Amino acid sequence: MRKILTAIGFALALPVILILIWWLISLGTTSIFMPKPDQLLREFFETWVGDRFFTDVLPSLARFAIGTGVAIVFGILIGLLVGLSRNLRDYTEPIFEFFRAIPPPVLIPVFGLLIGVSDQMKVVVIAAGAIWPVLLNTIEGVRGVDSVQSETSRSYGIHGIARVRFQVMPAAAPSILAGVRQALPIGIILMVISEMFFSSSGLGFSIIQFQRRFAIPEMWSGILMLGLIGYAVSMIFKVVERRLLHWYYGLKDIENAA
Amino acid sequence: MSTPPAPIDTITRSVAVAEARQRRRPFRPRRMLLGLAGVLTFLLIWEIASRTGLVGPTYLPPASVSVLTMFTNAGLSGFWVAVGQTITSWGLGMLLALALSVPLGVFIGLSPLLQKATRSTVEFLRPIPSVGLIPLAVLLFAVPLQQSLLIVTYGAFWQVFIQVLYGVADVDSVAMSTARSFGFTRWQRIRDVVFPTMLPYLLTGIRLAASVALILAITAELVIGTPGLGNQIALAKEAGLYASTYALVLATGLLGMIINVGVRALEHRLLGWHQSVRGEVAA
Repeated sequence: MRKILTAIGFALALPVILILIWWLISLGTTSIFMPKPDQLLREFFETWVGDRFFTDVLPSLARFAIGTGVAIVFGILIGLLVGLSRNLRDYTEPIFEFFRAIPPPVLIPVFGLLIGVSDQMKVVVIAAGAIWPVLLNTIEGVRGVDSVQSETSRSYGIHGIARVRFQVMPAAAPSILAGVRQALPIGIILMVISEMFFSSSGLGFSIIQFQRRFAIPEMWSGILMLGLIGYAVSMIFKVVERRLLHWYYGLKDIENAA
Repeated sequence: MSTPPAPIDTITRSVAVAEARQRRRPFRPRRMLLGLAGVLTFLLIWEIASRTGLVGPTYLPPASVSVLTMFTNAGLSGFWVAVGQTITSWGLGMLLALALSVPLGVFIGLSPLLQKATRSTVEFLRPIPSVGLIPLAVLLFAVPLQQSLLIVTYGAFWQVFIQVLYGVADVDSVAMSTARSFGFTRWQRIRDVVFPTMLPYLLTGIRLAASVALILAITAELVIGTPGLGNQIALAKEAGLYASTYALVLATGLLGMIINVGVRALEHRLLGWHQSVRGEVAA
């Protein structure tokens, strides 16, 4: 019980102090750029609870989820395919390295040209930007599969799907998930920017609108909303990763203890 | 490098042969040719898709035209000015992020109390997408470079900071106690014990931050209109110069690759003594 209380104390102390400092500073100033904490909180609920949640937040989240989901699925599939063949790996390496080096937001004007302005285009932009970390980490993971393990599965006659399912996938899982972790923030970044560019709804669009109308507290509340989403996504990922890799962490704990 | 003539002894000889083979390994023409074929295939698909009208040729100029435009651009001073502007905001942002994150990371990392106290705040601030700060940057600063810098620095800061924390946590406690009992001052302990342990982590952080910072620098140019490559892309697209748009996109990809290669080379130089680099060479 005491342990839990001290843990909560440590988690809350600094945020509380920071908010207090912020509040004290904002008391003295009349700067319109800096809303007071209570004002921001009120604005946050006023702005985002209600219609806006359905017209802006949910569509944004849906685009993010579909785009990143597509990126993860295709990244893993193509990564497995390329990772398992040395020739294919050599064949694709320079071109993949090049695509990864292109800053993903640059794709927004390009896909705007190719596909036009639509929800579909935003999903494609998110998928096209978020796929690279997943893809390259999957290739790396498949390549790093223990060769003794591969020999063993070959001599036991484990081929094709079964080998991928029971040997390659588990062995590559830690690095695949590391790729997914890098892909998530890219997905969020692209979601926001693609909406800032051309859109009539969504979080990015709203935040830019607030800024242009000098609705400063609302703009701050939008940034807060983005922070909360980013935080939630990384927390969900942590839970999923723990579940999928519980055997891996178990192994590492044993190794560390030894 | 010349190996001294090995005595006629099977073991030494096979070691020498293995070493010689190892030194030769990095040059693999097959690999390079395959890679080149991959690039050519990509350009060919692009060319065909555009020439046959599979994708509107107005919106997707053929690869040959775009690549040619890129070379034409390379002869124009305006292009290099834009590259310079992008690299300036990238480099300054990286420097600022390093100057802030390394001392702060070491300071917090060395104190378990501070680490516990800051964890929740760090976990909350880190995932805030730095592009969310774009409107804030526009309001706070009038100078475009400062707007870019805020966003670039914020994004790069966390990458380095987290890695520095990991690195400091990795310091061997026996080494630390030994240094303390030998009467090392705090500064000496940081310089001679903490820093070498932290360096590989720090360089990983710099590598991650370098690509994030470039993404953010170009994003800021694209969205806010800070002068630089990103802004040039937006302008070219607005003006309907689509070949130029693609040429500039290719150029940003090349710039990204150059930065990646540069940081990797830096890593190799500074970590020549470290297992991760030595292991790579031997493998």
